[in-house]
Amino acid sequence: MSRRPTNIVTEPHWLFGKLNLDVFPMTTDSIVLVTFIVVAIGATSLLGFITYKRWWGYLWKEWFTTVDHKKIGIMYIIVALVMLLRGFADAILMRTHQALATSSTFGSGYLPPEHYDQIFTAHAVIMIFFVATPLVSGLWNLIIPLQIGARDVAFPFLNNIALWFFVAGAMLINASLFIGEFGSVGWLAYPPLSGIEFSPWVGVDYWIWSLQISGIGTTLTSVNFIATILRMRAPGMTLMKMPIFCWTTLSTSSIGAVIFPILTVAIALLTLDRYVGTHFFTNELGGNQMMWVNLIWAWGHPEVYFLVLPAFGVFAEIVPVFSRKKLFGYTGFVWATACIALLSFLVWLHHFFTMGSGSSVNAFFGIATMTIAIPTGVKIFNWLFTMYKGRVELTAPMYWTIVFLITFTIGGMTGVMLSIPAADFVLHNSLFLIAHFHNTIIGGAVFGYLAGITYWFPKATGVKLNETLGKASAVLWCSGFFVAFVPIYALGFMGVTRRLNYYDNPEWAPYFITATFGVLLIAGGIGLNFLNFAYSLWKKDDPEHIDEIGDPWDGRTLEWATSSPPAFYNFAKIPHVNELDDWHHKKQNGVAYQPIKEKEYERIHMPANTVAGPIIGVLSLVFGFAFVWHIWWLVILSFVLMISAFIWHNVFAVKDYYVEIDEIKAIEEKWQKKIKKALSKKALSKKAEV
Amino acid sequence: MKKPLIYLGLTSFVAVVISVIYKIVRALSTNCDIAEQSSNYVCNFVLFYSGGQLGVEQGKLIILAFSLMLIVVVPVITMAIVFPLWYSSKNKNEYKPNWSHSTIIEIFSWGIPILIILVLGYTTYVTSHSMDPRRSLVGKYENTKKEELVIQAVAMDWKWVFFYPKQDIATVNEIAIPINTPIKFLITSDTVMNSFFIPELGGQIYAMGGMENRLHLISKREKIMRGISSHYSGFGFAGMRFKVISTSDFGFENWVNKVKQSPVKFDQSAYSRLRGKQTKDHKVEYFSDIIDNEQFENIIRKYLKTH
Repeated sequence: MSRRPTNIVTEPHWLFGKLNLDVFPMTTDSIVLVTFIVVAIGATSLLGFITYKRWWGYLWKEWFTTVDHKKIGIMYIIVALVMLLRGFADAILMRTHQALATSSTFGSGYLPPEHYDQIFTAHAVIMIFFVATPLVSGLWNLIIPLQIGARDVAFPFLNNIALWFFVAGAMLINASLFIGEFGSVGWLAYPPLSGIEFSPWVGVDYWIWSLQISGIGTTLTSVNFIATILRMRAPGMTLMKMPIFCWTTLSTSSIGAVIFPILTVAIALLTLDRYVGTHFFTNELGGNQMMWVNLIWAWGHPEVYFLVLPAFGVFAEIVPVFSRKKLFGYTGFVWATACIALLSFLVWLHHFFTMGSGSSVNAFFGIATMTIAIPTGVKIFNWLFTMYKGRVELTAPMYWTIVFLITFTIGGMTGVMLSIPAADFVLHNSLFLIAHFHNTIIGGAVFGYLAGITYWFPKATGVKLNETLGKASAVLWCSGFFVAFVPIYALGFMGVTRRLNYYDNPEWAPYFITATFGVLLIAGGIGLNFLNFAYSLWKKDDPEHIDEIGDPWDGRTLEWATSSPPAFYNFAKIPHVNELDDWHHKKQNGVAYQPIKEKEYERIHMPANTVAGPIIGVLSLVFGFAFVWHIWWLVILSFVLMISAFIWHNVFAVKDYYVEIDEIKAIEEKWQKKIKKALSKKALSKKAEV
Repeated sequence: MKKPLIYLGLTSFVAVVISVIYKIVRALSTNCDIAEQSSNYVCNFVLFYSGGQLGVEQGKLIILAFSLMLIVVVPVITMAIVFPLWYSSKNKNEYKPNWSHSTIIEIFSWGIPILIILVLGYTTYVTSHSMDPRRSLVGKYENTKKEELVIQAVAMDWKWVFFYPKQDIATVNEIAIPINTPIKFLITSDTVMNSFFIPELGGQIYAMGGMENRLHLISKREKIMRGISSHYSGFGFAGMRFKVISTSDFGFENWVNKVKQSPVKFDQSAYSRLRGKQTKDHKVEYFSDIIDNEQFENIIRKYLKTH
């Protein structure tokens, strides 16, 4: 049941490259065949439905070519959630396989190593690059311009292109499931294993090109948000009056702009090793595998802070709103964020204490690593003391916050244990490590994104999510996490390592089986999430779900000063900011929701939609696919077309336009009417209470 | 009316706590080095019930770090549950909507983590040097021999090849070591990266082509242990295990003599056969003689050519 055909093409054909009729794994692997049939049926019916409803024009005009940051954010989140299902399916396969993989009791599982090893590689790559990273970009896009009182990001066209680069990378990694193979090298593809000698077929090339293309997108996004936050804040909003989410975004995008180019260069060098025959990362001709390990972790470690800092920002938005109280220690929180961002560059070596660096080097990086626990601890106290003496409303976002605080604290603790080099020598590569980083990434980052999605869902769609379903989902995720990963921690203490296709000690089996039940609980949590989206959108006109005036939570920051969903220009009149939590103070002082005066209306200068963005995205997918399969004529053709589309956009395309006053007025007056109605309703109900 | 229920709940809670404490105490008093107790379930947790001198120290270090961190973790988790419940909007407890700064809390929230990290950082600095597995263990522990036994280990796809240079024997996927003797492992790889790891004895170290890494261990337990590669190295990775026979001096001599009786010698053809083919779940092999005295060094040198 090997997925790799026995005769792989090494001399590419001039027209088809390395493609031939043997490259389709569903012809030999029943699991892939079933997946293929399900995906094919799903995709065909979805595309058919869109065609039947004649939505293509609408989708193209209003979504694919849009430069509206809110729609781009929504698209990021949708694709990321779809990829979450793919990555989670991999997790289920791994857990069930390992539960059955004790050779002496149950047999050796149902996945041969050639398949299993691709699954754990794909699971990690998908979860980090195509779920967590785009959820970060998605939340930034959705909220940052609104929070700083801007009408769009600094570079709207780049924003659109970045989205399509990410989608192209995601499509490429999905293509590897049905055409050829994915890498079976672990998610960071250490050479020499990822070199052409030990991975001769296309798996690693898929890894290279899906990461390369989407990585460039992340670089562009990072640059975009640094510029947006530094240059486009509303008048009066000094840096220390920014909402915390803006601060964590600024820190994170600064990290991103530094580290993603490292990834790009490292992958480019690996590409040369594989395609041209250089030896940067293999021992021949003076190359050195340690160079790769250093480069990839110089990207990889800051990347985990890239993922978790925005989640910290989300919680720092949620806790004050639902505690009806100012954030405790705003200044300390900002400094702690900056500290973490800086320190994140000084700790990469802790991923390879065991490779033989000297004890002094190990001691330095060990201590640098545990130093990060200090600012992180400060943040945890900030959240806790924001709730202290507050009026905490236990809504779904607060549920996410509480399960985060519990889970993440434990993850941080095990992280400090791993950072002691002498202890790391026995914990490195063990399942303890696996449990630790799932503990921080699920318990820190993912809970944060889900909290953020729950919190900002009404802003994006005008619909509040169902509270009961949201809370149940948080409880299932959290309990599922512990059922799944406490046994994995325990296995780590028994000296069990990661990435085992089977094991010969039946005493480990009960732990793996328990972990499988945990995964099922998490599956329930994910299911409730999707059910919640569907149910709430279906019941969107219920009083429980509708968000009429755009401020369902009694928010404190500027995004709640707009309608839900906001008009495409966000603010008809750019607000003037006087203090931190400006919107909250405006409401306190009774100056919120003031209708715009007749003479205050101005024509608004907006960026125009771009056709070049999605076209370049599709071409980058073709480019990556052609490179993977060594179809050189297609590589050249798609590259030339991509450059031409870019030039065409810059020279000939219409890039901006003005929104006329009449149009703005119509939109604003409609919203004002809704506000009046809602406010009078509120006043009435207050009277009734009295 | 509810009182009996509460008492029942309290009693069962106390019973659970006592039984957990009893189990922990029993676990802590288990000595896995003694044959009668070694079948106890807790001995599966080899990192805390290590059979190696260095491993015992590492296990203690993990527990020390864990307990130090509980100083922060326990209060944090308690507060994370108590605060939202106590200050829930339903309870109408004290409410200070604009209170957002307290110097005392700031001092504690920076100070306590800093203190803990100072203690842990000091421990880290000291143990990074004292417990560096690349340092020789000769003379470090009482009742251990003064002379080291050298074993050279080479990772191949997907098996471990061992040379005993002094005994002039070679094996595949099996080693024997005498207890209370400092063992010096010299480690390299003749393929992709791997990591040489005997979890029950202590730390691991990476095996990389063109590079000699060192690992020092002392076993104090007579037992057959599990040796593994802990760094993923390809499709046969899961089966890349070796048997570690930790035994008495007498047992070790017997084992060496057994290997010596093997008709096969480790020559160029044996090397080519092992190196040339990727094999999964490779069987144990014995070689009575190493023809090339610098076999291990030559495997490293092979990768150092810079044309």
